[in-house]
Amino acid sequence: MYSNTKRLLISVGLLLFPIFVEAAQLNMTKGVTGISHDIYHLHMTIFYICCAIGVGVFGAMIYAMLRHRKSQGHKAANFHESVKVELAWTIIPFLILIAMAVPATGTLIKMDDTKDAALTIKITASQWKWHYDYFNKGVGFYSILKTPQKQIDNQQAKDTDYLLEVDKPLVLPVNRKIRFLITSEDVIHSWFIPAFAIQKDANPGFINEAWTRIDKTGVYRGQCAQLCGKGHGFMPIVVKAVSGKEFDSWLKAQQQAKLVAAKSAQAALSKTLSKADLMKEGQNVYLAHCAVCHQPNGMGLQGVFPALKGSKTATGPVHDHIHTVKFGRLGTAMQAFSKQLTDEEIAAAITYERNSWGNNMGDAVQASDVHKVKQ
Amino acid sequence: MTTLNPEMSATINSTSHEHHHMPPRGMMRWLKTTNHKDIGTLYLWFSFIMFLIGGCMAMLIRVELFEPGKVILDPNLFNQMTTVHGLIMVFGAVMPAFTGLANWLIPLMIGAPDMALPRMNNWSFWILPFAFSILLSTLFMPGGGPNFGWTFYAPLSTHYSSDSTALFVFSIHIMGISSIMGAMNVIVTIFNLRAPGMKWMNLPLFVWTWLITAFLLIAVMPVLAGVVTMVLTDKFFGTSFFDAAGGGDPVMFQHIFWFFGHPEVYIMILPAFGIISSIIPAFSRKKLFGYSSMVYATVSIAVLSFIVWGHHMFTTGMPLFSELFFMYCTMIIAVPTGVKVFNWVATMWRGSLSFEPPMLFAIAFVILFTIGGFSGLMLAITPADFQYHNTYFVVAHFHYVLVTGAVFAIMAAAYYWLPKWTGHMYSFKLANWHFWCSVISVNVLFFPMHFLGLAGMPRRIPDYALQFANLNKIVSLGGFAFGLSQLLFFALVIKCIRGGESAPAKPWDGAEGLEWTLPSPPPYHSFTTPPEVE
Repeated sequence: MYSNTKRLLISVGLLLFPIFVEAAQLNMTKGVTGISHDIYHLHMTIFYICCAIGVGVFGAMIYAMLRHRKSQGHKAANFHESVKVELAWTIIPFLILIAMAVPATGTLIKMDDTKDAALTIKITASQWKWHYDYFNKGVGFYSILKTPQKQIDNQQAKDTDYLLEVDKPLVLPVNRKIRFLITSEDVIHSWFIPAFAIQKDANPGFINEAWTRIDKTGVYRGQCAQLCGKGHGFMPIVVKAVSGKEFDSWLKAQQQAKLVAAKSAQAALSKTLSKADLMKEGQNVYLAHCAVCHQPNGMGLQGVFPALKGSKTATGPVHDHIHTVKFGRLGTAMQAFSKQLTDEEIAAAITYERNSWGNNMGDAVQASDVHKVKQ
Repeated sequence: MTTLNPEMSATINSTSHEHHHMPPRGMMRWLKTTNHKDIGTLYLWFSFIMFLIGGCMAMLIRVELFEPGKVILDPNLFNQMTTVHGLIMVFGAVMPAFTGLANWLIPLMIGAPDMALPRMNNWSFWILPFAFSILLSTLFMPGGGPNFGWTFYAPLSTHYSSDSTALFVFSIHIMGISSIMGAMNVIVTIFNLRAPGMKWMNLPLFVWTWLITAFLLIAVMPVLAGVVTMVLTDKFFGTSFFDAAGGGDPVMFQHIFWFFGHPEVYIMILPAFGIISSIIPAFSRKKLFGYSSMVYATVSIAVLSFIVWGHHMFTTGMPLFSELFFMYCTMIIAVPTGVKVFNWVATMWRGSLSFEPPMLFAIAFVILFTIGGFSGLMLAITPADFQYHNTYFVVAHFHYVLVTGAVFAIMAAAYYWLPKWTGHMYSFKLANWHFWCSVISVNVLFFPMHFLGLAGMPRRIPDYALQFANLNKIVSLGGFAFGLSQLLFFALVIKCIRGGESAPAKPWDGAEGLEWTLPSPPPYHSFTTPPEVE
């Protein structure tokens, strides 16, 4: 009997062991900033305090459960109040709380000080992507989930960074104070990156502030933390922290690339692409930017996202179609794509939408057509 | 009645008493009943059905999260499941269960014949099935049901929601009206129908905690009604309460919602405190330690609940001063809550303990609710909250206080008073199986969630990164086991209603209170003459 119990305990222990090992690796990250270290220590301190109280309280309970049993003939004592004891367990927890509140207040005050930043990044969330703007540097771009739909649908092996990878990461320098201005264009999102201990909501119409100073180069990943609709689980955050020097040259390269891009956009206006080319590019653009709501088959989601197949817009006047894609529809989930896509990309996507899934308008929309439509 | 002279009415009562007051048979008995026990039973069954429906949704969620990648739910449906699971469990399972217990027990505990407002009592129950039918029907409409989380933050719930939001709003209104009516009934009953000699400071704690809960309900349910109405007009009538483009503020939604939401949390736990304070002394065979400090602690928790709502909103970009204010106030709540836990332990200390099923659930409640309290204390530390907020750490926290807290207390109550309600003893063997299966699986289900949260897994996501895969699998297995375990409870209750060994008036030797002076089951009109309380 005894050895059976022992064997059972050992096997339960062995069974639980991997869970503990797994769990031990999953503590809060220490992160790579001064603030994140402070927070890690606050977390561990309050955790140990809770453990100590837990050992006391549960220990007393377990002792009573083992020793003060009716089945062992224990007779109940008669006491049912004690002013001294009750005062003690009111006042002592209060003192512990004060001891905890002091360092927490200090950290909070530090976190609030966004002054004297060397670099400001404006973060704009929209369903379901992040836009990063290097304030006054003339550089800005969207950062979108890179994981292909096939991996999500289990038709392809998943990468190591499944759902935590983006097409363009936010590049930041180490050892410089960086201020973030965070806002949203549609619903509330939240920019959450544990390695910096930053979680700040992106509220439409308002701007929130946060700051960081990264200590170590590396790639840090996070996710949107506020439920923001269907794609909430699919808008990761990736930050690539590089040395100051590397950052400066990267920024310069980005500024130059922007000039080149502007020139090619200008050139695209005088280009006339064949319908086949437009359809091919359009499919790629559509799948990357439009299919998340309107679905790859153009059917949308009934009652939430309208179908494009046979829709008034996609089979109506081309001007209205371009206007909707470029400037969005106010008060709906339809975003303005003129900031995210080039005229050429919009032209291709529109061509694709007007000539797919049984839509058969036959027109080939050119970048110059898109350019002409004004708000 | 007023036209009858006393002699006549006495004759009528004495001759027609028996058949006049017996319940009609069949469906009409339940539909037209004004009897506190029948209505209590209806509430409890309704709550159990909702618990199973909400539980099925939780099972679907755990299937989807069993492994990375899409399993069965597309993200839109997943969001509907998390939302409706939350709404059903909060408004359909936990709150009606407590109202059912209040209906059954308060008149028995204070020596009253019935609740003070019996017709309103009938009404407050019978509007609930309509509310939840409306809510559940939205799931089958084009565009689906609510998919914006049970907290329905604007503008996700306004401009970005499906049209069924209107029905969601109406169902919340009906639930709110039902809760307010139930709360008024509790207050009026306790104030007016106490047995002669029952002073405030010898009310049973379950009655005390429910009285305070009822005041909380009356204070905050109208706030919820207000905020859902603002969502309705923002979405359909062009107002801009929460729309910055029209001069509104989406964060204001959260202030109003959590001004309701935080007291709501205590609405779901204070009656549980009352239950545990009845059960632990009974099976420790020792008077409750610190009765008056229990009452004062409950009152202070209730008062504090109105000034801590901001701790749900630390990441919204509040000014430093507000963050500090809400952090300090939230931390203070640990003091009265701690007093309660210490009192329960002191009650057990040097008692004469036995471990019948109600006691098992009560002990599990104290330990696991305290764990939920610890994680609550950690969440109160604002800087650390930036790492915990909106992750599975929060999911673990509120499931510890709501499932192993509120739900375990409801189970404990059911096991404690079931012999009184049905007149039959239940199978201890089955009850012990239910307890051990539940208590083990619930920890496999919720404990690893702490670690998932600390590792940075956000809540409300339908798919996750690979490093979270192993723990999610364990969590899901725990979830399935916990869900299945509840079927044991269902079987046990059915068996107990249908028959079994007859229960004596007082099946537990250490139990105290007026309810045990009546036979099991009690007569249809509980106390026709008020008992004397010394």
